[in-house]
Amino acid sequence: MNTDTHAAHADHDHHGDGHAHGTFSTYLLGFVLSVVLTAIPFWLVMSGALPSKQITALVIMAFAVVQIVVHMIYFLHMNTTSENGWSMMALIFTIVMVVIALSGSLWVMSHLNSNMMPMHQMPGMN
Amino acid sequence: MSPDFLKLIFGRLTFESLPLHEPIVVGTFVVVALGGAALLGGLTYFRLWGYLWREWFTTVDHKRIGIMYMILGIVMLLRGFADALMMRGQQMLAFGGSEGYLNAHHYDQVFTAHGVIMIFFVAMPLVTGLMNYVVPLQIGARDVSFPFLNNFSFWMTVGGAVLVMASLFIGEFARTGWLAYPPLSNIGYSPDVGVDYYIWALQVAGVGTTLSGINLICTIVKLRCPGMTMMKMPVFTWTSLCTNVLIVASFPVLTVVLALLSLDRYVGTNFFTNDFGGSPMMYVNLIWIWGHPEVYILVLPAFGIFSEVTSTFSGKRLFGYTSMVYATVVITILSYLVWLHHFFTMGSGASVNSFFGITTMIISIPTGAKMFNWLFTMYRGRIRYELPMMWTIAFMLTFVIGGMTGVLLAVPPADFVLHNSLFLIAHFHNVIIGGVVFGAFAGINYWFPKAFGFKLDPFWGKMSFWFWVTGFYLAFMPLYVLGLMGVTRRLRVFDDPSLQIWFVIAAIGALFIFIGILSMLMQFAVSLLKREQLKDVTGDPWDARTLEWATSSPPPDYNFAFTPVVHDNDAWWDMKKRGYQRPLTGFKPIHMPSSTGTGIILAGFATAMGFGLIWYMWWLAAASFIAMLAVGIGHTFNYHRDFDIPAEDIIRTEDARTKLLAGAK
Repeated sequence: MNTDTHAAHADHDHHGDGHAHGTFSTYLLGFVLSVVLTAIPFWLVMSGALPSKQITALVIMAFAVVQIVVHMIYFLHMNTTSENGWSMMALIFTIVMVVIALSGSLWVMSHLNSNMMPMHQMPGMN
Repeated sequence: MSPDFLKLIFGRLTFESLPLHEPIVVGTFVVVALGGAALLGGLTYFRLWGYLWREWFTTVDHKRIGIMYMILGIVMLLRGFADALMMRGQQMLAFGGSEGYLNAHHYDQVFTAHGVIMIFFVAMPLVTGLMNYVVPLQIGARDVSFPFLNNFSFWMTVGGAVLVMASLFIGEFARTGWLAYPPLSNIGYSPDVGVDYYIWALQVAGVGTTLSGINLICTIVKLRCPGMTMMKMPVFTWTSLCTNVLIVASFPVLTVVLALLSLDRYVGTNFFTNDFGGSPMMYVNLIWIWGHPEVYILVLPAFGIFSEVTSTFSGKRLFGYTSMVYATVVITILSYLVWLHHFFTMGSGASVNSFFGITTMIISIPTGAKMFNWLFTMYRGRIRYELPMMWTIAFMLTFVIGGMTGVLLAVPPADFVLHNSLFLIAHFHNVIIGGVVFGAFAGINYWFPKAFGFKLDPFWGKMSFWFWVTGFYLAFMPLYVLGLMGVTRRLRVFDDPSLQIWFVIAAIGALFIFIGILSMLMQFAVSLLKREQLKDVTGDPWDARTLEWATSSPPPDYNFAFTPVVHDNDAWWDMKKRGYQRPLTGFKPIHMPSSTGTGIILAGFATAMGFGLIWYMWWLAAASFIAMLAVGIGHTFNYHRDFDIPAEDIIRTEDARTKLLAGAK
């Protein structure tokens, strides 16, 4: 009889999945960081501290990206080893897909906009 | 009763909504109603309802769910193909002042329904069914990761199909083409229920597809048996993994696009309208971000099937396994970089068009690598020309032609001539029939003995094969010619009588395919009757190579009495070579998930909600939604989710197989 076939019936064991669970202090740190990262954009908008609206919008977007990273690290426990690296792989794939879809759509739609909008709206045609 | 009250109850649904003025639809309804009544009566007479409910409708067994997906796909194939025959008939007849036999209102619904049904309710269920059946067996698992979710996904797909079918007899279907581009699909131009049927059918089915994608990814990543590293997975499992990654990444885009379109239609937003800042072009852009990956979702599993079939029937290890895996992964990524080739002519300009033209051509490189891998696998192999292998060879010849016309279409200047012409129609039928449909048939013929314990009848299989293949060429080669002559798609009547002969040839081709489909049904019936002669007791009728053939046919509920351990690619071949002996003692109880009716009930309410939203029966939509929430929450209190198959049952099952195997020698 081939002994191989008698291998582990118990497939419930956690072999090196590295399921990270947060501690109180990491959750607290994540919470504080989130609050700070939310409060600053709020203050930027309310006080109008930056010279132009466009710069404000860009800065807020940058804060939003940092906010996403904070959530992923402190609340979703994302690191390079969890689930044998599958979480990180999925994240990278997601980012690639989102970047392709967003930047591609912006590129395509801006070209469509400049090529196909009715004549009277084209800059320099009047 | 006051009209207001009726409107409150029935929304837009009135007696006039029933298509009683369409004799073709009424005739169909009579036939379907009689057939349905006979079926229901038969089930009741033979007291099969309890059996169906207990053993099939509520099952969480991936094998039975897989078989139900296949049945759904084949039933819907009959509907979708009936539409195809009607179109071929119409286009053949509508010459020299004749209007044909379909009015514009009906014809437009027919071509829309044909596309929607064939993609969403034929190709998707066939592919999902095969993945559901085969993948857990190939990786040595007992079931998928989330068995209940699997059942729910299947019934949501059925719910979508039910809505499409309902539109045939209650109201009407969309008249917009299968992707329902605005502004035509907006409320101003399509005020009827057709587009709403389209939206809700796809939304309901889309939930099922997305969840089943998550389920299979999780299964492949987490439930592989010991020793099966990623690079020891069978190629079909690899292509399934990539397909499901594509599903999970792209179907949300479809869901969002359709949700925005429904907001436009229901609450008067202006995402895709002509004015008030809306942009119909954005709809086209977004839906193809889903739509292009969708065709790879369909064809990648077919590539996996051909890989399994080629190596099995050539008696050789697959040539270039690693390159096959990398080609699949590269196709997965590249399929996200080509969507604009569906609308070169919308006017993005030279730079954008060149980029997407080049990425499209690049995809043919990994696909070509696969083709050579299959050829080199066959080279110097002992090829057995059984049905799965015949379908594979037909695929290789046909798909290469389709791929080449695809590369022609990828050249933007050529596309400006060929866009929306019958050349395009011929091209995508060439790759979808030649790739996905032939792949599904290869898979059905290959894995049928695994699922039912007897092979399919070769005579009727060959009839089906030859009628399908010749029928395909007769039906679609004329469309290439017509497309090059400038005939556009979706036309109902023609002026130029010199074109008629090509449409006649195409219609004859469609009749050949019809005979091919009938032969396939005949093949199932004859095989069922001759099941004793076609019986296979070994569980490995083709001398195959992957793990699904290591267990009995049909496999027991628990798939494998002991979880196999893998040392090599082609695990079962390796086990056979090393003189594997099936273990006869030491069986232990096996922990399994329990059946539940929650999936079908939830999907039923989801379908009812879709129906309510389509007809503006707000009370029905709200009530179904609340019922869905209640059942969903109620299900969380169901603690009877699993059980153990006692060791005695396993011993009985395995002893029975031992006797069978002894008798076979």
